[in-house]
Amino acid sequence: MSILGGVAALGRRTRTALISLGQMARFFVMLITRLGIVVKRPRLVLQQVHFIGNYSLLIIAVSGLFVGFVLGLQGYYTLNRYGSEEALGLLVALSLTRELGPVVTALLFAGRAGTSLTAEIGLMKAGEQLAAMEVMAVDPIRRVLAPRFLGGIIAMPILAAIFSMVGILGGWFVGVVLIGIDTGAFWSQMQNGVDVFNDVLNGVIKSVVFGVAVTLIALFEGWQCRPTPEGVSRATTRTVVAGSLAVLGLDFVLTALMFS
Amino acid sequence: MSNEKVDVWVGLFVLLGIVALVFLALRAGNLSSFSLADTYTVQARFENIGGLKVRAPVKSSGVVVGRVADIRFDDSTYQAVVSFDLEKSFEFPTDSSASILTSGLLGEQYIGLDAGGSEQMLVAGDAINLTQSAVVLEQLISQFLYGTAESEGAAQ
Repeated sequence: MSILGGVAALGRRTRTALISLGQMARFFVMLITRLGIVVKRPRLVLQQVHFIGNYSLLIIAVSGLFVGFVLGLQGYYTLNRYGSEEALGLLVALSLTRELGPVVTALLFAGRAGTSLTAEIGLMKAGEQLAAMEVMAVDPIRRVLAPRFLGGIIAMPILAAIFSMVGILGGWFVGVVLIGIDTGAFWSQMQNGVDVFNDVLNGVIKSVVFGVAVTLIALFEGWQCRPTPEGVSRATTRTVVAGSLAVLGLDFVLTALMFS
Repeated sequence: MSNEKVDVWVGLFVLLGIVALVFLALRAGNLSSFSLADTYTVQARFENIGGLKVRAPVKSSGVVVGRVADIRFDDSTYQAVVSFDLEKSFEFPTDSSASILTSGLLGEQYIGLDAGGSEQMLVAGDAINLTQSAVVLEQLISQFLYGTAESEGAAQ
């Protein structure tokens, strides 16, 4: 009986996982088909870019700066053994544009912007505001969710680019100002090794994909949550966990596709 | 917050993002080394190209005058056919020679062009006949080792 129960639990889990995957796919399609609101009311999207992007700027910039500092210090420690500390600029720039910029930004984005989106939508649902909109013949997906979705997709690549830039400047500060690497060698090695299309553009593509994934998960969790305080809190937690895991998984797939 | 204030802040945010992208492309990346100048394509055949890659620089007297556009293998002559784009503003005589060189001991490989003395200039589609292959470090070492062994054997 207990073996049978275990098998049944496994089956139930698989079924619920499949169902929520299907629901998310349907939710994604519903969002895409309602993106026309950008043309009609661009101000809604603008407000969301402000809410999602501008308010995340501080944590993104500070994290980028410190990631750059640490890359500078740690990279110097290793490169110094081989007498090639001039390659520090290359190491910092490649790690930031290819991997750390998009990934760390997306993880912070899930924690900073994703949670607030989920909590906002969840509380709107709990307060029956979304139901009230439907009663007034206003499509809540179109009016509330689609602008947030677009705002997230627009804000994420911008944040990732700022993260990479601030990180490179942080690496430059540690390498050139504190340690004393030649500044010309630092930049010229970087420019020789970083390809605009292979490295920078692929990093931007990554950050767009992560923006879509994290914002979609955040909105979906808010939309699907139980309309109770506990339900909203669980949905917020799930946004961070599922969003971060999705970013890491997608990063592996994208890296394998782009750089191999 | 009023609408105008939101506009200003979002505008600043997007502007900062554009600045960051331009910084990554120009300061960190190699977009500044792209030139939009008109080019003409010239071919050269090499016995061995070593580690030459597409988009590697073509230099003459150390100055970048073009980039490698395409590398193919010709199975009728068993040679590598390298096409490279030279900037229109630089003209080279038809008897110029191309060699594959390495910047530094372990650096990237590039094509070095040495101008010849001919009156006629290369035009698009021409081939450079005087070529020198890449130096493969392993072959060099083995030549050196065999050379020392031979001379030691002769001395005994």
